[in-house]
Amino acid sequence: MSHSLLTMSYIVAAILFILSLSGLSNPETSRRGNYYGMAGMAIAIIATAIAIAGAGNVYAVLIVAVLIGGTIGAILASRVAMTQMPELVAIMHSLVGMAAVLVGFANFMDSSINMTGSEKTIHEIEIYIGILIGAVTFSGSVIAFCKLSEKISGKPLLLPARHWFNLALLIGVFVLGGLFLQQTEGSEGSLPMLLLDHGGALPLLIMTLIALTFGVHMVMAIGGADMPVVVSMLNSYSGWAAAATGFMLSNDLLIVTGALVGSSGAILSYIMCRAMNRNFISVIAGGFGTASGGVAAAIEGEVQPIDADETASVLLAAKNIMIIPGYGMAVAQAQHTVYEITKFLREKGKKVRFGIHPVAGRMPGHMNVLLAEAKVPYDIVFEMEEVNEDFANVDVSIVIGANDIVNPSALDDPNSPIAGMPVLECWHGKTTIVLKRSMASGYAGVGNPLFVLENTRMLFGDANATMQAVLKALKG
Amino acid sequence: MKIGIPKETYRGEKRVATTPEAAAQIMQLGFSVSIESGAGLNANISDADYQAVGVEVVADANSLWQQADIILKVRAPQSHRRLDIDEIASLHEGQTLISFIWPAQNEGLMQRLADKNATVLAMDSVPRMSRAQKMDALSSMANIAGYRAIVEAAQHFGRFFTGQITAAGKIPPAKVLVIGAGVAGLAAIGAAKGMGAIVRAFDTRPEVKEQIESMDAEFLMLDFKEEGSGVGGYAKTMSPEFIAAEMALFAEQAKEVDIIVTTALIPGKPAPKLITAEMVKSMKAGSVIVDLAAEQGGNCELTVKDRVAVEHGVTLIGYTNLPSRLANQSSQLYATNLRHLLTELCPGKNGVINVNMDDEVIRGATVIKEGKITWPPPPPTLSAAPAAKPAVTVPQAHAKEPQKPSVIKQLLPLLIGGLALFGIGAVAPESFMAHFTVFVLACFVGYQVIWNVTPSLHTPLMSVTNAISGIIVIGAIVQVSSPQVGLLAGLAVLIASINIAGGFLVTRRMLEMFRK
Repeated sequence: MSHSLLTMSYIVAAILFILSLSGLSNPETSRRGNYYGMAGMAIAIIATAIAIAGAGNVYAVLIVAVLIGGTIGAILASRVAMTQMPELVAIMHSLVGMAAVLVGFANFMDSSINMTGSEKTIHEIEIYIGILIGAVTFSGSVIAFCKLSEKISGKPLLLPARHWFNLALLIGVFVLGGLFLQQTEGSEGSLPMLLLDHGGALPLLIMTLIALTFGVHMVMAIGGADMPVVVSMLNSYSGWAAAATGFMLSNDLLIVTGALVGSSGAILSYIMCRAMNRNFISVIAGGFGTASGGVAAAIEGEVQPIDADETASVLLAAKNIMIIPGYGMAVAQAQHTVYEITKFLREKGKKVRFGIHPVAGRMPGHMNVLLAEAKVPYDIVFEMEEVNEDFANVDVSIVIGANDIVNPSALDDPNSPIAGMPVLECWHGKTTIVLKRSMASGYAGVGNPLFVLENTRMLFGDANATMQAVLKALKG
Repeated sequence: MKIGIPKETYRGEKRVATTPEAAAQIMQLGFSVSIESGAGLNANISDADYQAVGVEVVADANSLWQQADIILKVRAPQSHRRLDIDEIASLHEGQTLISFIWPAQNEGLMQRLADKNATVLAMDSVPRMSRAQKMDALSSMANIAGYRAIVEAAQHFGRFFTGQITAAGKIPPAKVLVIGAGVAGLAAIGAAKGMGAIVRAFDTRPEVKEQIESMDAEFLMLDFKEEGSGVGGYAKTMSPEFIAAEMALFAEQAKEVDIIVTTALIPGKPAPKLITAEMVKSMKAGSVIVDLAAEQGGNCELTVKDRVAVEHGVTLIGYTNLPSRLANQSSQLYATNLRHLLTELCPGKNGVINVNMDDEVIRGATVIKEGKITWPPPPPTLSAAPAAKPAVTVPQAHAKEPQKPSVIKQLLPLLIGGLALFGIGAVAPESFMAHFTVFVLACFVGYQVIWNVTPSLHTPLMSVTNAISGIIVIGAIVQVSSPQVGLLAGLAVLIASINIAGGFLVTRRMLEMFRK
């Protein structure tokens, strides 16, 4: 295959990727968009495979690797529960990071590339940066995966001098980068087989270790509430890793795709940060609430419990109902029961809507996917901005396993750690029913004055069990 | 301990201090309960109903007062000549009395009760704080009074509340004006709305605007800046200018509306006169005014306490016993308030009360402790609407306004970015610049495309970007043929394939679920 034809295939693939992403602007067009993406990927892989024109055994290796990988991927995709999507996404980020590291090392050891002068220097820098970003993405995503699947605690791990530690790691990366460039200078022309015989291999390996450490440390220091930011940030990193690999291999398709993915993740991180009124830097720096000045107002008052039967009668008396799901709904797997209740109430002619906070759940759009899984029609699922003005007309709001996203102190207590974060202002409605396992505070560790408001009732218990009871009471 | 509930002796008082439901729950706290025969009759509760839950029925009041350790009542105790009962004299040393007392208005009574060496808790003195809401009998009674006010008005009003278009002609809806949107006012708004009337409401406290509007009533705005919120969530006296503007508004409304319900009260002061004789005269014949402030002198000049008067063709209702006119409902709520107070008094559930003066709620309610007058209580530390709050939040709000970033701060990122680009351009070879152009343009395309993605599809966005970042596979494919690194590259192909297949398939699975 000629070089021009290969480039043309890459252009087609890049266009298909862009169409694939723009298809996601609407659920109607999104399915077609996904197929565009698959087509683009197929074109890119086939064109590349033809272009390398390798021997038969090369293709054998290729086909075996693609088949094994593809099968693993397909099994993962078909088995994963929708509540585990954040974990799956995190582990897939780590795979991109690992692939970037492997390709970087392979490129470093590949002696068939002959470059000189500043072109060579730039190439070395590209390898160095590609491996750096790949390694950070890899280890960071692995930790994010462990945190999301609760293999390790979601609490931020705050080392005493963590900012200095990070700074030291950064300086180390720069110094090693200098050494790496120096050592590769003198090693032109040799064709060693072993990694360590290459000039500059040692600094490169040490840097990789540092980058891995940095990734671990960075995600360890970030609290559970900031997980949506972390996941989207790692999404962004995996894109930049692909882009850096593209520079390294002088491959424009990789660069374009990497840039698309990178900016996608960056925008998602920005949206998530804005939804929590948090500065991106402070999220990355880790810890929660460490920056707030005064003492947050203590919550005083008494909660008013309610039982499932009463909840059912309140719901039957209401006309306009808003359901606000949070991570607790995902944990309790209550989305199907919630939809049963929704369906029942809608058949009774009531207006039932869902209000979704951008950071509800553990990754962007998590709640929407769960509700979609439970067959909730997407035209009754609304974003925070769309419904916040309308709460005065809502008769009953049901908060299911959410806490910080419905916390009034975010708006009226300037000393609260979540002050300024936009929240769903359900307390403007006539009644709010909060489903909760216990009176423990949310991920942010902040008390919630909503629970003691006069028009709030608490329904304690496992979300799924209580929703089942409410459904039974509604029907009975 | 033994709890006794005597029959109310005040003329026309139909309420009773406990109901069978409340009594059953009180007994679970370890108390024994006895009631004077016939105490609940006026509230449609028979002696048999009480006996059914295990309450002892005592034939005469005197022996009940003798036996009981705790007396629960609605009205303050009084001497009653005709029935030959002197409730104040019946109170004995060590006994505890819980009822409405109104200590500010009844100094003589307070002194006489104190002389008895008893402990007295006044339901009207329960502090207004969120924890004490369930014991707030004033609110529960006000709620009933507000509802009943509309029912009384409907009784004397000669027309429908709701508008109708019938074969016999068009009926306009009644217009109701509610002055003072406290608990009673809001209840009146709700009841009038429920009957189909057009409801307007006025209050000096701007924060109730939202509550009024949430009940679907119209909030009458006064174009005048003055905060009317006093300490404890009650209203305070306004300036003369404000009152003049307010009166002008009422005069205008009086000509238009059919029913006026006034609920304006200022704690410890006579009720403000808001509806003048002139205004009453200007109202349409057949209109009704219900004056819920009649007990404190009335909001209307022409109100007669406890009477229905007709002046200038307008019916003026001055009943002060509206809760008693809904005796069963008020007894239920009052009994529940009392039960909550007993629960607070008896934390051990052992049937023994402990008047714990360190507890803010109990301290506030206790007006006489073992013969010593403890009223008024020290000011509460927490008010329903903290008075100091606006002062705190206002400067904060100012501080939060975005500070204008200095010019340097705005330009700095641009400057650094420019320098970095210049630096790269100065040293980088041409081949790199071609790729760099592609990179920067792709970033901008990505930026435009991603902002258009609907937030509900953010999770599929992440999984599909995950899949396409598997494009790194072509980097690995190129290297597979190289003998030195074939294995490494093969591994990379495998890993990236997981990503591609997993990403696209899981995205498809998710998108299939998004259905209308």
